[in-house]
Amino acid sequence: MMFTGTWRLLALIVRRDRIRIPIWLFALTLMTIVTAPAFEGLYKTQQERQVMAETMKNPAMTAMVGRGYGLGDYTTGAMMAHQMLLFTAITVAIMSILLVARHTRADEEAGMIEMIRSLPAGRLSNLSSALLVMIAVNLVLAAATGLGLAALRIESMDMEGSLLYGAALAAAGIFFTAVTALFAQLSENSRGTIGLSFAVLGISYLLRAIGDVSNGTLSWFSPLGWVLGTEVYVNNYWWPVAFTIAAAFTIMALALYLNSIRDLGSGFLPSKRGRSHASVFLQGPIGLGLRLQRTAIVSWAIGMLLLGISYGSVLGDLEEFIGGNEMLAEMVSPAEGVTLTEQFMTMLMSVISMICTIPPLMMALKLRGEEKKNRTEHLLVRAVSRTRLMGSYLAIALGVGISMQILAVFGLWAAGSAVMEEAILFTTMLEAALAYLPAMWVMTGVALLLIGILPQMTSLTWLYLGYSFIVVYMGDLLQFPEWMRKLSPFGHIPQLPVEEFDTAKISLLVLLAAGLMLAGFIGYNKRDLQG
Amino acid sequence: MAVLQASGITKKFGKFTALDGVDIEVKEGEVYGFIGPNGAGKSTTIRVLLGILKATGGEVKIFGMDAWKDAVEIHKRVAYVPGDVNLWPNLTGGEVIDLFAKLHGNSNKSRREELIRKFDFDPTKKCRSYSKGNRQKVALVAAFSSDADLFILDEPTSGLDPLMERVFQECVMKAKREGKSILLSSHILSEVERLCDTVGIIREGKIIETGTLAELRHLTRTSLLVETKQPISQLEQIQGVHDIENLQQGISLQVDTEKLGDVITYLSQFDIVKLESAPPKLEDLFMRHYKTSNRGGGAR
Repeated sequence: MMFTGTWRLLALIVRRDRIRIPIWLFALTLMTIVTAPAFEGLYKTQQERQVMAETMKNPAMTAMVGRGYGLGDYTTGAMMAHQMLLFTAITVAIMSILLVARHTRADEEAGMIEMIRSLPAGRLSNLSSALLVMIAVNLVLAAATGLGLAALRIESMDMEGSLLYGAALAAAGIFFTAVTALFAQLSENSRGTIGLSFAVLGISYLLRAIGDVSNGTLSWFSPLGWVLGTEVYVNNYWWPVAFTIAAAFTIMALALYLNSIRDLGSGFLPSKRGRSHASVFLQGPIGLGLRLQRTAIVSWAIGMLLLGISYGSVLGDLEEFIGGNEMLAEMVSPAEGVTLTEQFMTMLMSVISMICTIPPLMMALKLRGEEKKNRTEHLLVRAVSRTRLMGSYLAIALGVGISMQILAVFGLWAAGSAVMEEAILFTTMLEAALAYLPAMWVMTGVALLLIGILPQMTSLTWLYLGYSFIVVYMGDLLQFPEWMRKLSPFGHIPQLPVEEFDTAKISLLVLLAAGLMLAGFIGYNKRDLQG
Repeated sequence: MAVLQASGITKKFGKFTALDGVDIEVKEGEVYGFIGPNGAGKSTTIRVLLGILKATGGEVKIFGMDAWKDAVEIHKRVAYVPGDVNLWPNLTGGEVIDLFAKLHGNSNKSRREELIRKFDFDPTKKCRSYSKGNRQKVALVAAFSSDADLFILDEPTSGLDPLMERVFQECVMKAKREGKSILLSSHILSEVERLCDTVGIIREGKIIETGTLAELRHLTRTSLLVETKQPISQLEQIQGVHDIENLQQGISLQVDTEKLGDVITYLSQFDIVKLESAPPKLEDLFMRHYKTSNRGGGAR
């Protein structure tokens, strides 16, 4: 009885996401299938691969992509599993979190589950149908990725390894499906559900990073550590996949149980009695915007600080490592007067900047989210102009962006100077990071432009940021042509302190950002509100 | 003097014409009842008046200013209550009322407390836990505690219980006594009859009837129940008579209000024993307009 209607609701989810899910699956599969031949083309001989293995051996890389397996015989398969599996698994986890939250707590919050529950549908029908769909989605992904990789007929990538590669991704997806389903019961709103699930994902990544650079024990407390524990294409261990899925099913059972005993609309995390009057901070659009996103801002701030610290803590090992390896030191230090650490730092800065761009984009796009929920009209029917409203969200986005960047750099510097013999100056790091602000502003400008002119398409902003991440971070690795890199604002930022500060380029980016924002403001002032 | 003057507003969403030349005039100190079936364009009209939607054609002047261009200036003197109040789930009702007051600019603190008491509202709860009625109270308290000159109310009582509806009506009447103007969109016709001076009926994006209640009553039919000594002959041939029914207590019929005198004169030939008349109701007019939905324009 609890499950009556599950199949019908399952069909409904498939119908509602008939475009969304295939896009996710297609993009994820493509990301894997395209990378493997790229590696194969990039490092043709075993010798070239071995050099790459040496480069990857340092603790900073280990913290970032995980422990390398088979570094002694660094085949294309081993390289693929080492450099791509973790990030792909994280993307699969993100997909699962977003889709599960959308079909559980978000629907419940919007009152749709109430409608369904008033019909002859079981108490667990919605959650179970969402879980089934997500399990199926992850299995399809596993099959597509596994068979796709095997079909490439790369020597070091056999059928078993390829299938395990896919299975490891699916295991990560199913695990985070379960985690999100659980938080959908605990938290009473979808923001909380998504936020807590992402927190688990972030902590998993950090635990694994710390574990991988230390003795490894900690990695076994992280589901992402389990994914890497498969040692795909080297040892092909299947048991971590089985273990991850077993853990996932346990969590799912708990989520189903909690769903069966709770009231509709309620959560297990308590809500307390609130204020009867607004505080002095809640006085206008800026106060409201900050208040609504308070939790997100605080969690991102902590996250960015931790990100900086975790990168910073490996900087000391990096120096040590290079000191003990003459060949490597010669090979990767072509620039005069800059240390290898400083060079490595420039790469970190671009990654940190792109991650720090996520919160300001969320802050800016909140304006559209509020509009969709018919809440901006409360402000606009009072003495608030559209310019002021958009300006408030822009101010929050810009402020948050700069703060995140500074926090991450502070963490990087603080941890770095604690472990390094010759610390890098804080100002040097800060300059390198702040040079990325114009790129962040261009992204924010894109968000504003879409809100103003194409409000239905605001999620394109995320696509653009994702594109930037791929071409800037992995562009060299995948040998993308230079123009692809130049399509992203992050591709134009001079890499301080290795490169010179380029005033003309930076000014152009600032102008572009201002132009995009202006167009956004004009569009927003001219269009209808669309609830 | 007209506080709100909308002339010939059209609004198209793509090819769909939502509003097709809507005219509304709300005079100072007047309560204007805005009625019409679901989907007729009431809320769209109101959203154009508020500058949330941009009219495709026509002109809206509020306090002599343009509803789209001078929205902020106008809104300093306008209070709005939507029919469907969506609030921020993690703010309390009290916080939202205060925020709205701040955004509005001029608001009355003691009035806020008085209204919260009158509406029997708990401002310390998070908005996500409020029912529809309670969310509407948030908007109503915020609206009536502001010093607005024009109130735009879009089905403001659809979630209130009868007791609270009474409180709402008192608020409207008080505002009217203070010389404020009110545009009230409503489905509750008894409410409109009690509160409104002028009524406009919208259907399929057009205003099909407008006028004072007295004028509109004139257009409606009066129901009569009549008993005579002699049988009434050829009643159906008299102009303005409709829906004749033979009942046990007599004959029931509907008469166009303007033909009432003629019909009574005719009936009196047959020695009236009993004559009951029920006053014309807005509802009858309303029903006639609603039912004849395919003909366009008024029923008359």
